[in-house]
Amino acid sequence: MSLTADAPTASPLPRLLVVGAVTLGLLAVAFYLYTLAQPLFGAIVLALATGFAVIYGASRFYGTRFIFPGVAAVLIFIAFPVIYTIYIGFTNYSSFNLLSYERTVEVLTSRGSIDPATEEPFAVAPDGDAFRIWLPQSGLLSDPVTLTAPETAALTESSEPDALLERRDAIQLRRGLQTLKLQTEDGALLQNAGLRTFATVTPDYTQTGPDELTGADGTLLTADPETGFFTTEAGERVPPGWRVPIGWANFERVFTSEGIREPMVSIFLWTVIFAAASVAATFALGLTLAVILQWPHLRFKALYRILLILPYAVPAFISILVFRGLFNQNFGEINLILDSLFGLRPSWFTDGTLARIMVLVVNTWLGYPYMMLLAMGFLQSVPEDHKKAAALEGASALRVFFTITLPQIIPPFLPLLIASFAFNFNNLVLIFLLTRGLPDIPGTVIPAGETDILASFTYRLAFDNAGQQFGLAGAITLLIFLVVAAISYANFVAMRRAAQRRSGRPA
Amino acid sequence: MIVERPRDLLIKKFLAHGFLILFLILILFPFVVVLSISFREGNFAVGSIIPENPTLEHWVLAFGRDFTRPDGTVVEPPYPVLLWMWNSIKISLIASTGVLAIATISAYAFSRIRLRGKGALLDGLFLIQMFPTTLALVAIYAIFDALGEVTPTLGLNSHLALILIYLAGVTLHIWTIKGYFDSIDTALDKAAEIDGATPWQTFRHIFLPLAVPIMSVVFVLAFIGFINDYPIASVLIRSEDKMTLAVGSRLYLNEFQYLWGDFAAAAILSGLPITVVFLIAQRYLVSGLSDGAVKG
Repeated sequence: MSLTADAPTASPLPRLLVVGAVTLGLLAVAFYLYTLAQPLFGAIVLALATGFAVIYGASRFYGTRFIFPGVAAVLIFIAFPVIYTIYIGFTNYSSFNLLSYERTVEVLTSRGSIDPATEEPFAVAPDGDAFRIWLPQSGLLSDPVTLTAPETAALTESSEPDALLERRDAIQLRRGLQTLKLQTEDGALLQNAGLRTFATVTPDYTQTGPDELTGADGTLLTADPETGFFTTEAGERVPPGWRVPIGWANFERVFTSEGIREPMVSIFLWTVIFAAASVAATFALGLTLAVILQWPHLRFKALYRILLILPYAVPAFISILVFRGLFNQNFGEINLILDSLFGLRPSWFTDGTLARIMVLVVNTWLGYPYMMLLAMGFLQSVPEDHKKAAALEGASALRVFFTITLPQIIPPFLPLLIASFAFNFNNLVLIFLLTRGLPDIPGTVIPAGETDILASFTYRLAFDNAGQQFGLAGAITLLIFLVVAAISYANFVAMRRAAQRRSGRPA
Repeated sequence: MIVERPRDLLIKKFLAHGFLILFLILILFPFVVVLSISFREGNFAVGSIIPENPTLEHWVLAFGRDFTRPDGTVVEPPYPVLLWMWNSIKISLIASTGVLAIATISAYAFSRIRLRGKGALLDGLFLIQMFPTTLALVAIYAIFDALGEVTPTLGLNSHLALILIYLAGVTLHIWTIKGYFDSIDTALDKAAEIDGATPWQTFRHIFLPLAVPIMSVVFVLAFIGFINDYPIASVLIRSEDKMTLAVGSRLYLNEFQYLWGDFAAAAILSGLPITVVFLIAQRYLVSGLSDGAVKG
């Protein structure tokens, strides 16, 4: 039974006033974002404002008011970023094409060459709250300037001001000085040309038309919307570039470039093996321990239980780093013990196979308590009578476990095993903190490691020092997305079945 | 199980305890070693489990104080561990409070208020929740990089940006609390309705007080989840004084500067409170776990 969603009977006026004020605020933010050349974010805030006004303004959406914040947060901060990541996969966003088009033009036109003939030292004279620039060589003094925003001040001949700032204090003002332009009486513009001097600066490029820049030496640059670069007539690219959509080019790179495809395939296989092996190992270990702990004759159960879940209680980022130290080749405790017992010093971080074994061992250590806790819960729901009956028939304990207990706990366990697979499929934290994906696979054009899983590989591609290849990372994310979507769907179906079984068969 | 001969039982007990004790020695070995290392001299020290020359150097440094060695040299703390802890706790507290509020209200609506398309919406939230945030990292970076040009308070390196992203992690908790609300007798809200309570009043005066136990579970789960988050925080937070514990701890063990001893002390100092909270709460967490909450 549900409540009918009637609107409250109190006067709606105060509520409408608040809703109106918030909506107006959001609309102002949306407009502000739009004027700052962020139309996409502006549109999102606009949608948020509209949704807010409709749902909290109109009485008939009373019920929806309860879920609006949650749904809005999920849509804006999960759904939108995932979609946006996929969009980035179709662009050339990287350290070479980092800026927007407007910023690129700004960067290119603001570059300039200093004319050494006009260069002369300067000093700053305080004038109340403002400042004047004094050029001693030509005896010129500027009008007062605030040095807080870009400004242009005229220069006039004058005698030396009484007080001049110390050099140290003048350097403090360099932010304002860099945007300052001084105009002489014959119209020449002087700019800050270093810590100590002002000079006329000729821009390297000036905008001579839409999508067209002309260089100081007469070269003509045209904007190429295909590549996101300004190019000379000879086709040479002038960095920096801007972001443009490039269609399927990133995906073509993934599938056709040998140096990318081969490590990708190997990383994909390892990701699947890693996730499956982690689930299998933690499940087997966790279940075994749970069965032992459920044994009625065992004493000190509570103590064992607490100690056994300790690995799960310690924050993962700490225990992973602890293992990073323990496995250290030269002074890690694990190699010290192995050395004294067997004379072995395995190189855990430089040998691919050993590194993978280490990753699996650590992940089992981290993950078995979760499985154990779950298994203890599910084991309790297996009826004791079934086990007793089987034991009376003369079945061994092992046989009872495999024919009675296991078949009864697998169905409710299944969705959680799938979820655990999905979690490990993207277990970025483990790989990143333990090995960073190293050792590297030899002969690749992009950084790819033996222990890299798809998620850590993508992370390194985007955020490590390898050229911030956001576009390529976005493209690979779409591929991961497809795999995760398949897993999620499988999980969803499994959950549904489990729920149906529960409701269909009363306990 | 049913009737067992005493001798067999004794052997079985012996085997079970033997196995568990051996296993525990193996599993707890890292903790013992880390504790030992935090009292050893220097950052590369190897030695016995009980240090020969125990020193408090790493612990003093972890608390952010200068340490004067016996030979007079003064060592400065390498990283601001306490500041990182404070950042982590502050961000996680605010974010989990927000998540708790949003999740409880949404869960109530999903459980009790008749809404069109509710089933589809719930399924949608469930599917979205299974997509890990690692899939959105590139966009999260790009979005906050762009927003930072508008206002630095919402840009990279901002705690507010981090909290906003964390707030979106409500879906799982909505499911947990909804499950709890579903188990509450509908006679309660019918009675309230007959007395003329609006759905909001029913929620405020009947469901909210009843939900306190599950809300504390969700709060602890969310809090631990945020404390443990590495991917999002590492993408958004770049400067040392803004880092959370999870992002900062990594600095101790990089290729150029390997501060094993300092790390050990800092790890125990920062890990212990979280571990204790978890151990106290774990009895209540098991039910939440079977809803699919995998701790990160």
